[in-house]
Amino acid sequence: MTVKRLSNTGEPSSLSRRRLLKGAAIGGSSLLVGKALAAPSAEPLSQAVTQTATQAISQEESSADSSHSIPFYGEHQAGITTPAQRDIYFIVLKLDNTDRQAVIELFKEWTRQAALLTQGNNIGPYSHNKFIPPADTGEADSLHAYNLSLTFGVSPSFLEKLGLQDKAPEAFKPLPHFPRDQLQDQYTGGDICIQACADDPQVAFHAIRQLVRHARTSMVSMLWAQNGFNAYNDVSHTPRNLFAFKDGTANALTLKDADKYIWVDDKSWMQGGSYMVVRRIQMHLETWDRTSYGEQENTFGRDKLSGAPMGQQHEFEPIDTTLKESNGAPVMPVDSHVHLAHRTGQQLLRRSYSYTGGINTLTSQYDAGLLFISFQKSPQQFITIQNSFGNTDKMNEYITHIGSGLFACFPGVKEGEYLGQALLEG
Amino acid sequence: MSLRKTSIALSLFSSLTLSGVSQAASNLDQELQEYKTFAVNKIDGLVNQTQQFVDYLNAGKIDEAKALYPLVRMNFEAAEPIAESFGDLDPRIDARKADLEPGEKWTGFHPIEEILWVNNTTAGTEKYSVQLMSDVKELRAKVSTVEVTPELMVQGAVDLLNEVSTSKVSGEEEIFSHTDLYDFQGNIDGAEKIFVIFKPKLTALNADLVKTLELRFAEVNQLLAAQKVDGKFKFYNELNKDEVAGLAEAVNKLGEPLAQMGIILG
Repeated sequence: MTVKRLSNTGEPSSLSRRRLLKGAAIGGSSLLVGKALAAPSAEPLSQAVTQTATQAISQEESSADSSHSIPFYGEHQAGITTPAQRDIYFIVLKLDNTDRQAVIELFKEWTRQAALLTQGNNIGPYSHNKFIPPADTGEADSLHAYNLSLTFGVSPSFLEKLGLQDKAPEAFKPLPHFPRDQLQDQYTGGDICIQACADDPQVAFHAIRQLVRHARTSMVSMLWAQNGFNAYNDVSHTPRNLFAFKDGTANALTLKDADKYIWVDDKSWMQGGSYMVVRRIQMHLETWDRTSYGEQENTFGRDKLSGAPMGQQHEFEPIDTTLKESNGAPVMPVDSHVHLAHRTGQQLLRRSYSYTGGINTLTSQYDAGLLFISFQKSPQQFITIQNSFGNTDKMNEYITHIGSGLFACFPGVKEGEYLGQALLEG
Repeated sequence: MSLRKTSIALSLFSSLTLSGVSQAASNLDQELQEYKTFAVNKIDGLVNQTQQFVDYLNAGKIDEAKALYPLVRMNFEAAEPIAESFGDLDPRIDARKADLEPGEKWTGFHPIEEILWVNNTTAGTEKYSVQLMSDVKELRAKVSTVEVTPELMVQGAVDLLNEVSTSKVSGEEEIFSHTDLYDFQGNIDGAEKIFVIFKPKLTALNADLVKTLELRFAEVNQLLAAQKVDGKFKFYNELNKDEVAGLAEAVNKLGEPLAQMGIILG
């Protein structure tokens, strides 16, 4: 017996998750009672309900504060220079329908949905008709925006599918093979990427789920996705990756001159956009964990605890690769990760997230690593640095690049415009 | 099991007490009748072909029995929303080995499937075929009494797709015979029939939805047809990974708009 009947009780819910919260608080609905029951306190239930209701209302007020939601409209897309939120859900899609007008409609709809989702709203109100599925899947009901940002990009194959390859800027072509690449089909390819970052994993996933849900009926298919996390006490601190080293210290320099390193300025459809490189990097935690403290630092070229470049005291002190030990050996090993990146003179914006995904039963090792994401004015910045690592990087012993993608992330959207408009209509 | 049935019955009750629903339902009498006729015909086909199937088993005609097996079952799969309405009749006819609770008696098509394909004999099927025949006849008798509701049709169409997504795509429905594509087609046919019955009214409500559904059904049917050789479906374990993924995604793409058929009850 799997035929399910639908109940049809209760009021249709509003579009706004904040209004939903408020309504629940006043009505004392089961939603709040459930929340109160889940609270780890021994208070009488009635008191707990009252407190939760009060909290819900005060949260509603504070959610108007810009610190809780990130504006969707602007010169650049959010999620690039936005301070990295705690959680990511990243997805790569295949474009199934290459009719230009249909693609325009898709991006218009995505723009509409993204503008709602990033402000803590559902994509549509629940229907009065309870015989159809809810318009929004709803797992973010009663959750704030949590600094959600949604960042959209397209790959060179997207342009080809739409016959727009002549619009591809010179540098926008698939990344070359890099030494030691072990790319797997399941983590490569694709035409469109969407990066959802938020300070809550469910808010990030909810956003992607809505964007994909209707689009996949006729426009796209899902190719691969990865969730990930960043941990910090304060957003101004550099998060540590799973090798326990600070990851993204050099961003401070990149951000100081964002126009030079991050934003495209070529008067094309990418004007104000940025190129995203994504690499799914498997990190061999077991081999790392049996590596000596000193060798770990030699691998990165940084002090493990402070994040300072070797030879310096503080995280943000400038890198000096000329420093020598008394025996003449360089303080920072020439095959360390930081040294090899630094010698290129290139900068990029790292916006990576760690991932863990259970155990690889074949090897009895963690399936864990880094969803490396970087933004740059030109893909060449990444290519130069990656080639500098080559076969030399000490880090190679502990990591394997298994997924890859290059995406052109559109410029930002002004109200009344839609994502990718300059490309699709230009 | 009984607890779940109670809650379903309760929610069914609450849905029927809404005036808007009963109004919509009263306008769908013709559609309900049409679907009932379809279901009765399918179950008639099930009874007749099961009799033929059992005759082959009794006569030791294993090749004929194997060839007929998936065709008999297509009737059942197409009418499953109705067949499922009668409590334990569905599991008695259609339970898979993996569905059984410890000590539960296994009956229906699938133990016969195991004997035919694993033991490669008809010997030993008679202790199941007698009960199977009696169960499908009981199903036929009960179908005449079933009250078809619009909710059953809308949810039934979606459930048929869900069946495909959860047990056909994974190849776990016919683990011995690997004739899953017949069940797959049966489920799709059952869902498409409901869509076709609703189509005139749906077109008036949302012509785009109808267009999308026609397109998506056509795509699934095309992919299925591509797996036929000389009019017979390939065995499911002969499909490669891409072919399975293609079918699965075509069903995903169909399921989402199919669930919107509920606008007919709005």
